[in-house]
Amino acid sequence: MNPRRVYLNLGVFAKGYLRSRVGLFFALVFPVILILLFGAIFSNSSTTSVDVYVQNLDHNSPLSLQFLEALNSTKVVHLHFVSPSVGNLSKWLAANDQSDGLVIPAGFAAGYFNKTPVNLTVITNPQDATTSGIVYGAVDGVANYFNLQRANGTVILNVQQLSPPTLGGQSFQYIDYLVPGLIGFSVLTSPMFSMVNISSEYKKEKLFRQLSLTPLTKSEWLSSTIIWYIILTLVSTVIMVAVGQGAFGAKVTLSPLMLPFLVLGPILFTSLGLLAGSISKDPETAAVIGNIITFPMMFLSGTFFPVSLFPPWLVTVAHVLPLFYVIDGLNAAMLYGNVGTALFDMAVVGILALILFIASVRVFQWREN
Amino acid sequence: MNLAEVIAIRKLIKDYGNLRAVDGIDLSIQKGEVYAFLGPNGAGKTTTVEILEGLRPRTSGEVEVLGLDPWKDNKKLIRQLGVIPQDFKFFDKITPKEAVAFYAGLFGKRADADAILKKVRLEDKASDRYETLSGGQKQKMGLALALVNEPAVLFLDEPTTGLDPQARRSIWEVIRSLRSEGRTVFLTTHYLEEAQLLADRVAIINHGKIVATGSPEDIIREHGRSEVLSLQAPPKLADYLRSKLDLPVRAEDHTVDVELNSNEDVLRVLTLVQQSGIPWTGVSTRQDTLEDVFIRLVGKTTESGDVGPASLGGAK
Ligand SMILES: Nc1ncnc2c1ncn2[C@@H]1O[C@H](COP(=O)(O)OP(=O)(O)O)[C@@H](O)[C@H]1O
Ligand SMILES: [Mg+2]
Repeated sequence: MNPRRVYLNLGVFAKGYLRSRVGLFFALVFPVILILLFGAIFSNSSTTSVDVYVQNLDHNSPLSLQFLEALNSTKVVHLHFVSPSVGNLSKWLAANDQSDGLVIPAGFAAGYFNKTPVNLTVITNPQDATTSGIVYGAVDGVANYFNLQRANGTVILNVQQLSPPTLGGQSFQYIDYLVPGLIGFSVLTSPMFSMVNISSEYKKEKLFRQLSLTPLTKSEWLSSTIIWYIILTLVSTVIMVAVGQGAFGAKVTLSPLMLPFLVLGPILFTSLGLLAGSISKDPETAAVIGNIITFPMMFLSGTFFPVSLFPPWLVTVAHVLPLFYVIDGLNAAMLYGNVGTALFDMAVVGILALILFIASVRVFQWREN
Repeated sequence: MNLAEVIAIRKLIKDYGNLRAVDGIDLSIQKGEVYAFLGPNGAGKTTTVEILEGLRPRTSGEVEVLGLDPWKDNKKLIRQLGVIPQDFKFFDKITPKEAVAFYAGLFGKRADADAILKKVRLEDKASDRYETLSGGQKQKMGLALALVNEPAVLFLDEPTTGLDPQARRSIWEVIRSLRSEGRTVFLTTHYLEEAQLLADRVAIINHGKIVATGSPEDIIREHGRSEVLSLQAPPKLADYLRSKLDLPVRAEDHTVDVELNSNEDVLRVLTLVQQSGIPWTGVSTRQDTLEDVFIRLVGKTTESGDVGPASLGGAK
């Protein structure tokens, strides 16, 4: 690998890209449009109420009913009642594909009147910070009100969260997920779509043949191409974060933990795009193969909606898609500051990137056999 | 094998599936030669050249260029080669000047882009994007790129096909200057004029086989007919001459051709024509051209409508 040749080819590749404008539009302008569009659609609409399944173990005592009615009047939750006879509510929720629940314990009313602490249990989906924040916040708010009424603020009703979100009480809005999601979207689409096209078009137009008649090697060519997509990704990330923060007040932070994803992601998807283009006989087939790979990933990896909103089987599907780990890692880096998750995702993306880089250099041929 | 041998091919065979594109070619090209591969479309010219450039593996046979195996030692050999592939193409948005600088960098050469572009007469278009160049200008850019690394051997695959006469002539000029610089040039063409004008030696290739080889004069001498005396006269003159002469006589459309062995034959034939009393309107002598030989060996005629001066098939 000769760095000088990588640099020279980067120059020619970048010129071709910048002078064509179409590629530039998709890499830089399109993600911004998406942020503005989705941000505008979702950021102003009030959050729809969350379904919460309530198991009242206090034998429908008047106080418990009063409490639930107060909770219902917040309008942010929509209560459904589950019979105490179903047993453990967490298990029941899991069995019924639901995530949010509340258990009013036996002795709720008695404890309240005797001023002995009572634990209310809120069950939420830890992966879905938005809804868990809403449910927890609503129950906690009503409990505080009851505490004030009875005991001047001494805690009697204690809200206990069964899978507490790791957010330190902060709740996130749709736009906060949208920014990392759309960064992931452009990490995927800008190299994938152009590489699929380039690799088959270069083959057809014999441009690989032309390059093979120079000392440039295949891996030098691929490396310079990857560097270009890393540069584009970094630039578009900064733009999208700025637009998200500026236009919608997104609570995202630029963290150094993002960098590995902004580097490994383009390596992964540039290689994958080249691989898809190389195994295709002509540009038309390449486009089809590229779309088959790209589209499911584009929608099922948490780009436009948090994966936690998916039904469980779709969550399983998402975990098979490489982009999921890029977006999950970006969320961990930009929203939660969760280093552990970020490192795990980084390892997954890194290993996939390495495998795909090697595979694509092997499979893709300059010369004809 | 001698030291001046730059390209050596022995029993080269290339199959594409069931199709034998190159069928046992032998040839040897010396340093400083301009060698033309002349053949109709599909003869196997490009296949042979691409094997020599290291772009394609061969099915069997031995091939050496500058003492290297083109397929195995590709990256080493490429540094000493200048190539215009058939249908040369480049990146749309890049200008000739940028392309030359790019190539110079890749080859690690300190090239004067302006001088190279001037040499191929592309200096006016040095800063225009490839996509805006005409066919001839694109081809000149290809030639400029082939010159960047000051190659010892150049492979030019149909460098003038489809070009206008002016562009063709400036490419010919560059090829002549390459020859005077002592570089070896392997040229493929289906234009006879091009081979005849530029090449020290020509090989005529058809169906993957070399059917004639040597200088254009050698080929005509070996494969051409002797001089022919041609008379505008009715066929009965042919019958008369046949009865009196031991020379081959042909009649066709009011033309009578007599193949001559020597200069004295001219006088003998004309005397007999005078004696026959058959009226004739014109007389001329002619010799086989490379084209006559080519048509006879390859069995194809010049297609009309081609841009070429004397072409043997459509473009490509
Ligand atoms: N990549 C290929 N695959 C299959 N057949 C080919 C391929 N390239 C050339 N051929 C066939 O091989 C023969 C020789 O082609 P080519 O070497 O291009 O001839 P020329 O350059 O003299 O026109 C032709 O019949 C052509 O159709
Ligand atoms: Mg050809």
